Amino acid sequence: MSHVSAVVRPPLVTGGKSYHDITEDVCRQVEGKPTASWKIVFGISTIVLLLGTASVFWTWWDGLGNWGLNKTVGWAWDITNFVWWVGIGHAGTLISAILLLFRQKWRTSVNRAAEAMTIFAVICAASFILMHAGRAWLAYWCIPFPNTYGSIWVNFNSPLVWDVFAISTYFSVSCLFWYVGLIPDLATIRDRAKNKVSKYIYGLLSMGWNGNTKTWFRYEYVSLILAGISTPLVLSVHTIVSFDFATSVIPGWHTTIFPPYFVAGAIFSGFAMVNNLLLIIRWTFKLQDYITIEHIETMNKIITVTGSIVGIAYITEFFIAAYSGVEYESYAFINRAFGPYWWAYWAMMSCNVITPQFFWVRSIRRSITWTFALSVVVNIGMWFERFVIIVTSLHRDYLPSSWAMFSPTIIDIGDYVFTFGLFFFLFLLFAKYLPVINMAEVKGVMKSSSERFPYKVKPNTKKPGEHVTE
Amino acid sequence: MDTNKRFLVGVYDDDDEVMAAVKAVRSSGIKIHDVYTPFPVHGLDKAIGHPRTRIPMAAFMFGCLGLLTMFVFTLYTMAIDWPMNIGGKDFYAFPDFIPPMFEFTVLFTAFGMVFSFFITNGLWWGNKAVIFDLRSTDDKFVMAIDTASNQKSEAEIEKALRDTGAIEVNVKEVIEEEA
Repeated sequence: MSHVSAVVRPPLVTGGKSYHDITEDVCRQVEGKPTASWKIVFGISTIVLLLGTASVFWTWWDGLGNWGLNKTVGWAWDITNFVWWVGIGHAGTLISAILLLFRQKWRTSVNRAAEAMTIFAVICAASFILMHAGRAWLAYWCIPFPNTYGSIWVNFNSPLVWDVFAISTYFSVSCLFWYVGLIPDLATIRDRAKNKVSKYIYGLLSMGWNGNTKTWFRYEYVSLILAGISTPLVLSVHTIVSFDFATSVIPGWHTTIFPPYFVAGAIFSGFAMVNNLLLIIRWTFKLQDYITIEHIETMNKIITVTGSIVGIAYITEFFIAAYSGVEYESYAFINRAFGPYWWAYWAMMSCNVITPQFFWVRSIRRSITWTFALSVVVNIGMWFERFVIIVTSLHRDYLPSSWAMFSPTIIDIGDYVFTFGLFFFLFLLFAKYLPVINMAEVKGVMKSSSERFPYKVKPNTKKPGEHVTE
Repeated sequence: MDTNKRFLVGVYDDDDEVMAAVKAVRSSGIKIHDVYTPFPVHGLDKAIGHPRTRIPMAAFMFGCLGLLTMFVFTLYTMAIDWPMNIGGKDFYAFPDFIPPMFEFTVLFTAFGMVFSFFITNGLWWGNKAVIFDLRSTDDKFVMAIDTASNQKSEAEIEKALRDTGAIEVNVKEVIEEEA
């Protein structure tokens, strides 16, 4: 028997669903006409996207002087938003890659949507790189190519160049992983398609997949190896993002704790975003039997773990700043907590350190309202974290005559709004036209983890301490 | 020229049943063309008698190629073609080039492996799927048996399929080049 699971584990698929029910439930929204609520939300995000596009257009047309940057605070919302979006993306890869390596079966019903979120979040992050370039049409200069200046090459010693390689690899490998996982499900939709257009489009995308044994066998190896290489990849991406700061000599940035701290923070905020998106998806598409309270609870546990790591990192930073005896370093941290940006610091501390601790309470962890609200709070907190690290470290320069404050302009805000419009625009298109749950993978864990097949697991007749086998 | 191949298609509705059926049918001396399932059924490849896949080896080779490519590229650009003094470091400051070398290893592994996977399995945009039963991507497990390549009569094959739990046995003719 190929499916063994402990009897104490709660089912991951409830409602007595059969294999065919999964296909029906997931394909329903792909095959049906767009619902009124989808149209309204899609309309709103399109309007937001267009408003944001006007702002981005002005950023490129009139220049970066439209941002609230000054000589002292030369990096603010652009990089804050970039790191925030990249961080959100990390949860998708964690679910699809790291949890695959750990054989976590609950990942099967959330990985598709989470990975879509990764891809769109990275697109949003990349749009800040293009905006930040000022002249976006010259962004290709960060790619090493033979040129007429020598050839003069990019500086491979710079973390910013590593970032170009890390983000572009991360984006393309994530897209590939996501697409390979989609092929079997696209074939399912193709074989059910009634009209010619969808038969053609899903047929083209599913590349002639028919689910024969050899293909599935190789597919599983490909997934496993993609997971195996995506795991160090995702860790490297946020490590390199943190190097953008950590390799500088700015007090508050120049710390060796940054890589693990950034990665934990990224997963923390990413899971909060996954929670928000999945709670909406399960409700609008009526997928409560696939994305159960168990799934939500498990993700809340991860939020608590990573949130606590982040909390410890904040305290460690403070301790090291004091213990190092470097007065600039100590000042940077005292200034963070009690300087002019105290409100941002304490917003970050309360949102990121206190909020996840609520999830120690089982009823809060399993409450949809609490989960949704606290996840929003976590994402606000993680935005403030990046803002605090970036702006409060810069705004007190070495010379008091250079001290400055940062205030965003309407264009700063508009550019941030643009990415929200873009993110939801893409996510809604995905949710309507592609299966939001990985049908093939969920079917694969049905025997071990669904309500329908409880008889497959024999009741525990052994003495306590022994494993249940079939 | 008649190029149609005649298949007997057994439809099962449980993954454990099809697994047992594959073993039983094979041991009774019937050659199975292939089994089509809506999700990977673990151990089916062994039951059918497929050899181990060489995909991991391909992945490793592509990874090595990526690593080597970036090693040579950083060496050429930073130390040979246009050496520059950056922060007093060596021209070839090896530790600094580990991140791009790592990223290229991953990039080459992923794309090389996935495209090898596509090519070896005949997956490509525009390819037409050979489907023995449309429900095999939904909830049915389909065993296809090429009647011409088996000694046994169709009646015997059908009986073997029914005895192992097939809920339906259908006949399907497929143009040879597709199958």
